[in-house]
Amino acid sequence: MILSVRDLRVSFRTNDGLVRAIDGVSFDLEESEILGVVGESGSGKTVSLLAVMGLITDPNATIEGSIRYKGRELVGLPARELRRLRGNEIAMIFQDPMTALTPVYTIGWQIAEQIRAHRNISKSKAMERVEELLAEVNFPNPHEAMSRYPHQLSGGMRQRAVIAMALSCNPALLVADEPTTALDVTVQAGILDLVRKLRATHKSAVVFITHDMGVVSELADRVMVMYAGRVVERGSRAELFSDPRHPYTRALLGSIPPLTGEKPRRLPAIPGSPPSLLRLPQGCAFGPRCPVHYEPCEAGKPDLGSGTHAAACFRVAQA
Amino acid sequence: MTDKNRPIIETRSLGKRFSIGSRFSAEGKRTVHAVDNVSLTVWRGETVGLVGESGCGKSTLARCLVRLYDISDGELLFEGNDITSKSLSELRPLRRRLQMVFQDPSASLNPRRRVGDLVAEPLRIHGRLSSSEITRRVAELFDLVGLLPDHVMRFPHEFSGGQRQRVGIARAIALNPDLVVLDEPVSALDVSVQAQIVNLLADLQEKLNLTYIFIAHDLSVVRQVSTRIAVMYLGSIVEEGPAEEVFAAPAHPYSQALISAVPIVETTPSGTRKRIILTGDVPSPLNPPTGCRFHPRCPIAAERCRSERPQLREYRPGRKVACHFPTM
Ligand SMILES: Nc1ncnc2c1ncn2[C@@H]1O[C@H](COP(=O)(O)OP(=O)(O)OP(=O)(O)O)[C@@H](O)[C@H]1O
Ligand SMILES: Nc1ncnc2c1ncn2[C@@H]1O[C@H](COP(=O)(O)OP(=O)(O)O)[C@@H](O)[C@H]1O
Ligand code: SF4
Ligand code: SF4
Ligand SMILES: [Mg+2]
Ligand SMILES: [Mg+2]
Repeated sequence: MILSVRDLRVSFRTNDGLVRAIDGVSFDLEESEILGVVGESGSGKTVSLLAVMGLITDPNATIEGSIRYKGRELVGLPARELRRLRGNEIAMIFQDPMTALTPVYTIGWQIAEQIRAHRNISKSKAMERVEELLAEVNFPNPHEAMSRYPHQLSGGMRQRAVIAMALSCNPALLVADEPTTALDVTVQAGILDLVRKLRATHKSAVVFITHDMGVVSELADRVMVMYAGRVVERGSRAELFSDPRHPYTRALLGSIPPLTGEKPRRLPAIPGSPPSLLRLPQGCAFGPRCPVHYEPCEAGKPDLGSGTHAAACFRVAQA
Repeated sequence: MTDKNRPIIETRSLGKRFSIGSRFSAEGKRTVHAVDNVSLTVWRGETVGLVGESGCGKSTLARCLVRLYDISDGELLFEGNDITSKSLSELRPLRRRLQMVFQDPSASLNPRRRVGDLVAEPLRIHGRLSSSEITRRVAELFDLVGLLPDHVMRFPHEFSGGQRQRVGIARAIALNPDLVVLDEPVSALDVSVQAQIVNLLADLQEKLNLTYIFIAHDLSVVRQVSTRIAVMYLGSIVEEGPAEEVFAAPAHPYSQALISAVPIVETTPSGTRKRIILTGDVPSPLNPPTGCRFHPRCPIAAERCRSERPQLREYRPGRKVACHFPTM
């Protein structure tokens, strides 16, 4: 087991009140497994992963629960220890590659520095390694690419450079937060391919955050669907897509227009919009938009329960 | 409807150039050919979807079509009349008939004005309505786009993204336009809200006999909304045809790669769909390749493609492709 998160809760004190961004999230991740985390904006994907990485620095934040990495508890670990772990064994990729790159240095220099910060090797050895890494992420001319500055690269190339940087430490765990959201589908296809390859060759476990159900279904081994700070459904890729159980998962899948076959005249849309975390509805947060909502839904929050394929819904529990 | 057989907008070899940099910068003054040699006819009542990678010229072409941009080359016809070089005052009577909806509704809505007021604004500027008629029309528009009557007194920030886009749409249809250009109208919205707006657009089109130009980077949304598709690459149209046909059997190697790259939810084990992964990056329009502009990335490029630029040709009625070796 690489990662084991139990009952994670993150809240922020704000002027408008307490925001419970993450309200009891649990999941496990095995070696060389890809976990897809899918949800709409504000559902808590980023905050839950930032918490895992120890990157929530907001003084108004409260983090509770347990995050075990290879059996070691991360909650409460000193910042210095966490930083060491992040460079060595855990790597991250974000939506905007520029969060990981500096505009004033060449990408070759930046990746080499990253390697030398964690390994005691010579500059020329590091540069050799950089060239290998850039080749691995499909730069057509890795030697030439090393001397380029970030602004001389396209968005897709920049993201690949960041992936090369992430790979430089041979991470046991890679966390990717919407790394392809800003990219064209043609470029995205190449990046998804790269993530698959990485898992195969480096045996890295991957947590991949996205709002795109299509991306999850092409990439993930297991899937976690989030809504308003909670996990509403969890299952293997096959379980989730051939037998979606939670009304939100079902509705979301139903509202995606098909790419082939007959076009529906109207799309089966979900009414309303995701709730504000400051004004959550009573009981189940999906209640006001749920087509099969009934009385018990307002009485309490449905639990996800155990089991590999599980949905947090009173109707499902009853069935 | 007899109207259906009349073109509303037509371009002939339309081009749009921008100059960038300055005489004093290292590279000097340079020209970007953002739209290059586009001949496109849009028929009344249809929806033409523009697709292609970022920077290929979709927004620029769309803005040329409603004359938000001056046109550099070629001609633009509105209902058969040449409006290529009409002045702003000559265009005034046309303005209300050509409207535009943008991606980020909050950027185009003044945050200090009430939304009722924002929707009334085009009516005040262009219409000849009394204030009670305006109030009635605003109520009617709110109803059409699915906003509640008491929403008129709210401010934009009191709405969700989807509701703000409804306000943007109400403004665009206020003056009964003929053509509405929708540039990424659902891209900034939550996934669960996109379908609502897609349905709303379809309803309005039917009720008001609107013609749409629709741009979105989500190709399944474009397919859903469009009757016809134009695939753009580096400023030019490389394929054009009925939406469902083009998606089912794209003829241009670029359209094939683009459509195959769309991630879709599959319940069957992965690998059933063939994916074409393009190598190389989108070339810069500042320095376009010779011959076929797609040749450096094209999996089937031949010698001829490097020197000779393929023209957009009609292979079958309604299906046009710009490629020496189309799959047809
Ligand atoms: N005002 C401008 N000045 C200079 N260049 C411009 C200008 N507007 C657009 N361009 C250039 O023209 C080309 C086409 O841009 P356009 O915005 O039309 O692309 P697009 O297809 O809408 O892309 P996206 O999907 O990213 O919105 C790009 O190379 C862009 O950099
Ligand atoms: N520093 C913060 N202070 C207050 N609220 C925050 C902070 N960071 C995130 N949030 C809130 O937490 C919720 C979850 O955010 P996030 O994890 O970024 O969503 P996602 O990544 O799923 O789009 C949102 O409602 C967001 O506004
Ligand atoms: S608990 Fe009730 S409201 Fe929530 S998803 Fe299930 S049925 Fe719908
Ligand atoms: S003309 Fe040649 S290079 Fe261009 S798309 Fe066709 S086959 Fe490919
Ligand atoms: Mg996020
Ligand atoms: Mg655009």
